[in-house]
Amino acid sequence: MISLNNVGKTYDKVVALHPTSLTVEPGGTTVLIGPSGCGKSTVLRLMIGLIVPDSGAIEIDGTALEISNVIQIRQKIGYVIQDGGLFPHLTSEQNIVLMAKYLGWSQSDIALRLTVLTELVRIPVDNLTRYPHELSGGQRQRIGLMRALFLDPQILLLDEPLGALDPVTRSELQTELKYIFAKLGKTVVLVTHDMGEAAYFGSEIVLMRDGKIVQSGTLTDLWKTPSEPFVKDFINAQRSPLEQLTEVGK
Amino acid sequence: MKQNKVRPLGLLLCTVFLLIRCVPCLANPTLNVGSKRFTETHILGEILTQLAQTQGGVSAEHHAELGNTGIVFQALKSGEIDVYPEYTGTISQELLKDKSPVDMATMNAQLAPLGLSAGVPLGFNDTYALAMRKDQADKLGIKNISDLVQHQNLKFGLSPEFIGRADGWPGVRSAYGLTQAQPNGVDHGLAYEAIAQGQIDVMDIYSTDSKISKYNLLVLNDDKHFFPAYDAVLLYRSDLPQRFPAAWASFQRLQGTINAELMVKMNAAAELNHVEIPEVAKNFIATAILKEKPDTTLQAQQPNFLHQLFGGDFWILTVQHLELTFGSLIVSIIIGIPLGIWCARNTLAAHFILGLVGLVQTIPSLALLAFLIAIVNRIGFLPAAIALSLYALLPIVRNTYTGLLDIPKSLRESAQALGLPASARLIQIELPLAKRSILAGIKTSAVINVGTATIAALIGAGGYGERIVQGYTLDDHLIMLSGAIPAAGLALLVQWAFDGLETLMVPKALRQKPS
Repeated sequence: MISLNNVGKTYDKVVALHPTSLTVEPGGTTVLIGPSGCGKSTVLRLMIGLIVPDSGAIEIDGTALEISNVIQIRQKIGYVIQDGGLFPHLTSEQNIVLMAKYLGWSQSDIALRLTVLTELVRIPVDNLTRYPHELSGGQRQRIGLMRALFLDPQILLLDEPLGALDPVTRSELQTELKYIFAKLGKTVVLVTHDMGEAAYFGSEIVLMRDGKIVQSGTLTDLWKTPSEPFVKDFINAQRSPLEQLTEVGK
Repeated sequence: MKQNKVRPLGLLLCTVFLLIRCVPCLANPTLNVGSKRFTETHILGEILTQLAQTQGGVSAEHHAELGNTGIVFQALKSGEIDVYPEYTGTISQELLKDKSPVDMATMNAQLAPLGLSAGVPLGFNDTYALAMRKDQADKLGIKNISDLVQHQNLKFGLSPEFIGRADGWPGVRSAYGLTQAQPNGVDHGLAYEAIAQGQIDVMDIYSTDSKISKYNLLVLNDDKHFFPAYDAVLLYRSDLPQRFPAAWASFQRLQGTINAELMVKMNAAAELNHVEIPEVAKNFIATAILKEKPDTTLQAQQPNFLHQLFGGDFWILTVQHLELTFGSLIVSIIIGIPLGIWCARNTLAAHFILGLVGLVQTIPSLALLAFLIAIVNRIGFLPAAIALSLYALLPIVRNTYTGLLDIPKSLRESAQALGLPASARLIQIELPLAKRSILAGIKTSAVINVGTATIAALIGAGGYGERIVQGYTLDDHLIMLSGAIPAAGLALLVQWAFDGLETLMVPKALRQKPS
């Protein structure tokens, strides 16, 4: 479980996040969505301690996140960013096993975990010996996911993980990610600006604007009982190509 | 992972190398002879060295053309050298700051508290004098220094040492009431060319200079007898006769053996006829001291450039140059990379440190060397290597700093988010990502060091600069080139070596522009 209690963050007098409270229940997928600059990435970065809040408290699985324990807590969280965030000077495999090696895992444990994850994300074995720049965007994202999952964390945070991919690869990966989330039963928080993606993944959707949470709930909640007109506007703003076909049909 | 391992072997080798270099000074005592940066004392220093070796039976080393009077005197006081040729006028006026003319006994009484003595007059007086082109002097009717008062427009080009010395320009000016504008400082070796081309009209000379007749100059008469006598003597550490009795006995045989005419002849052999100085010295010992054979080799020799380039001391100078360049480079790397890391972590430190290492670059090399000699109280390798290390800091600190700052934020945060502590992030992620930039900084420093190391010769640290300085004082372009060409070649080699190293050490992905 992740909980934010009145957490706020301001940069040079610009408010990135007004004091906000949010609880992420274990086991499900929560999607943070909203227009650019709404503060959704800020929330995610606060959860993994990349940003220190000005006010309020953050708890990860019942432990208060503090400077003194941030390293330990990060090791219990998987974090995936756009384009994978892979280190260009290391091969895929070196990227994936970096932390396990640092923590002193045995060779056999590492090899075993690597096999399990290679099968889970369905990546050809030869990709492991390549450098990130030799891989496609989709492959890099799979490697990034393997790296995030390697220590078997209970929590997985994904910041626009599919944002840089072409539509076909993106859709393919959406399907696989949903399958993986369901299979592993992790607590997942995913940031996106795409309502379709949010609806596809999210058991819980948190809509944000201007550093505040506008409304949270299931897609049905948001659609049927919007807290303000913006909620409906935002959902409606997602244009489907099929719309155009009906226009032509008229 | 292989590429990321630190290679301690190279560091170890370099350390051992530097240690070995220092060990010989603990072995058999060596008699160290010094000389100043002009041909005459170079020849005299060489004569002393060869005498000590062949007649005194000791191991003797000549620290040729160590520097100007101040540096060589400092080296004698600190015991780096045991003896060097000096002039009585310089000892009394410049070193002892005694304005009144003094005799040897008074001088020695004043030198005694410093543990130094002067003695063994060699037999000639190399006084300072002023000279002009003969045709110009005749036209203007100038014969004496006092005649200069009537000619306000004459351009004075004087050696910097002469301008600064109490027994030089300030003294002459007030003694003769000269009112000409402040003279230009021109190096003694270059002033002859300058006066021949008419760029200057009056220069200071030593009365035994070989070029006076070659350039057809008139030595102006010192009609007010301002310049004191500059009798050539030996200035030595008072314990020298006890420590090296046989060598001292051989030095005493020099007394009165060199008259002004012979000194001019030897200067001319070296400067005009391109006879190598050790050869001039050897010839002198054979004919004047040992009375062995008639003087034949002081005739003009046709210099052979290839022989000059790769001859004799080439490999010694190469090793010295490499030691200076890479010894100081290793120190700069050990200091510079941590400083660069500190700068990248702390904005305040960055302002302060980058400002400071930048400031070091603006200190003229000669000033820095003189300052360091005073601090470490010795000449040669140590102060030269420290100076080079200081100059090499800026590119390394700056490139480490920018290399670390240029790492994309997403990668830095990815490393943080994984849960790596700061030290592991630095070693496993940040330094490898900044490696290309850091290596480029080290390359820049290495190439600059190869060039800057040539100035080390001015304080007796050797290297290719020795030939450049020698060629410069002898006004011999071939000798100068025989030092400048290997230095340029070495700079190219170092550049290529680092290019190769970059291909080996930096992964291909980082050699393209980082995304």
